[in-house]
Amino acid sequence: MSDMNQQMTTRYKNNFLKEIEQQAEMGDWVKMCMQCGVCSGSCPTNFHPGWAHPPQEIFMMIRAGKRDEVLDSQSMWMCTSCYNCYVRCPRKLPITHIMHGIAEYAYRLGRAPKGQPTLHLSKTFWNNCTKSGRTNEVQLTQTLYFKDGIVSGIKKALVMQDVAIGLVKAGRLNIMEALGGGHKCKGAKGIHAMLAKARELENQRKGRAA
Amino acid sequence: MTSVVATNQTILVVGGGIAGMTAALEAAETGKQVVLVEKNPYLGGRTVQLYRYFPKMCHPSCGLEINLRRLKANPRIQVLTLAEVTGISGDKGNYSVTVKLAPRFVNENCTACGECNKAATTEIPDEFNYRLGKVKAAYLPSDMAYPQRYVIDPSVVASAEGQAIKAACKYGAVDLDMKEEVVTLNAGAIVWATGWQPYAAEKITPYRYGEFKNVITNVEFERLADPHGPTGGKILRPSDGKEAKNVAFIQCAGSRDENHLRHCSRFCCMASLKQTRYVQEAFGDAGKSTIYYIDIRAIDRFEDFYQEVKANPNVSFVRSKVARISEDKNGDPRLWGVNTEGYIRYANPHDLVVLAVGMEPSVKNVAIPAEVMGDSSGFVMADPANAGIFGAGCATNALDVNRAVQSATAAALRAVQVVNQVARAEA
Repeated sequence: MSDMNQQMTTRYKNNFLKEIEQQAEMGDWVKMCMQCGVCSGSCPTNFHPGWAHPPQEIFMMIRAGKRDEVLDSQSMWMCTSCYNCYVRCPRKLPITHIMHGIAEYAYRLGRAPKGQPTLHLSKTFWNNCTKSGRTNEVQLTQTLYFKDGIVSGIKKALVMQDVAIGLVKAGRLNIMEALGGGHKCKGAKGIHAMLAKARELENQRKGRAA
Repeated sequence: MTSVVATNQTILVVGGGIAGMTAALEAAETGKQVVLVEKNPYLGGRTVQLYRYFPKMCHPSCGLEINLRRLKANPRIQVLTLAEVTGISGDKGNYSVTVKLAPRFVNENCTACGECNKAATTEIPDEFNYRLGKVKAAYLPSDMAYPQRYVIDPSVVASAEGQAIKAACKYGAVDLDMKEEVVTLNAGAIVWATGWQPYAAEKITPYRYGEFKNVITNVEFERLADPHGPTGGKILRPSDGKEAKNVAFIQCAGSRDENHLRHCSRFCCMASLKQTRYVQEAFGDAGKSTIYYIDIRAIDRFEDFYQEVKANPNVSFVRSKVARISEDKNGDPRLWGVNTEGYIRYANPHDLVVLAVGMEPSVKNVAIPAEVMGDSSGFVMADPANAGIFGAGCATNALDVNRAVQSATAAALRAVQVVNQVARAEA
């Protein structure tokens, strides 16, 4: 467990709801849930075996202080961002965003499930696009294709090669990106400074150590 | 021409449902002059469209009969049907109100013999039965209708059929030359009792109301269970006429929902609990009801009724707001969702689904031709600035019959006080 996890456990003691309200993005909405269940019923992953806890159960678990069960759960990582729950919620809770907020917080605490595909994609994408300020599509797809080894990576690339050639011909994909070239943001340094400042402000707001 | 006797000591009651009738009677029985205006061709409003009341399971016709006897015995009430208020001007103690009167095409000579109905051939949707059936273009809105007088639909008036209807009447009651009229009348105080309408269930898109025939609303279910209804009281589902022995009730269909109605409509829990009794009475132990709910709001004295229904092994409760409805090949609606007690996923087929739709005010405060204060749902609120216009019944809040009557009595008392002040000032 990370230092931050220790720090938060000490700070909030047994009040996990308060912890989520103050630390997770959109977490202050959790108390508004009236447990009607329409979000869970509307979820496309409803009958998916990997989905242990539907949103309104997660909300209830937060209120019941089940810290470990929530933070170690796969459930919020299974969200496909279809926004069905968001539009149908009778209390207008931004459920999709809350799910993302809890997932992100679990990651910050170092408790996100290892090898989780959604987490892997998010991390890869974030690192890729913050590096130069623009997404390097070739490197992004490469990283994802070769996630499970060279052989499976090459197989995936062969399946998609027609699409890739089409994209290159249409000027939608720059081969030079493979070597670190391609389109970039002119002021990458500025972007890095901006992100660092945003992180600093967030830490200030949430009372976290830098 | 319709003549209306009204002065600034008259109380105008807008809406002739249970609240409006009550307010009119209570005021008139204290000796005040009352004009009762009703948009429909008959009095009684939504209450007479119910099969039975909760909690005593008595028939609305009984209470209506008592009110009609009081009404007929009271010379101080003038009833205008097919009438709509179009404008209100003036102030407390001296209002001037314009009322639009639609033609009934049948005058006071009518004896309700029904000969005109036999002569009519065109069929129009039966509004009294929430369009579940059809009626002929010369019709009595319901068996209990007051005034007990037929109505002729404007669509046949100019046709040969209209002439045939006229010829069939032995009493000279059919008057095809009736025109729309506008009358202006005086009033010292106004009781606004325009009531409610069921929430438009088609707006709750995942429930597919209007698309799936076997998804109906609670008000329609009342008509199905009523012996005077379109099925003669048999609970048959609309798609194939099969007996609906496995009925699902979906609570909060539109109510308590920021996307639809913000408020709790209060009556729907009790209405569904009551309707499980209809299923039990129709099919005995073969009739199964399932209530899908967020929480059952059977308040104070209704708790006993809830406990009785809960003890019935043929009624089950699923704590879940249903997420969506699909339709099986045999026409069975299938309900999808998660039972929040244990977080169990379900996909249950039923014969018939009844949406317990909520109440919204039939005239929202913004549409009232006077300065009236309303809440965020459009219900009329007490407003000191308009001390001569009082809301009553479901125009003020989502209420059951009992509470609507209480609210109407209170409104009548306030209106009487205003008129008394006017009388003292002029004495």
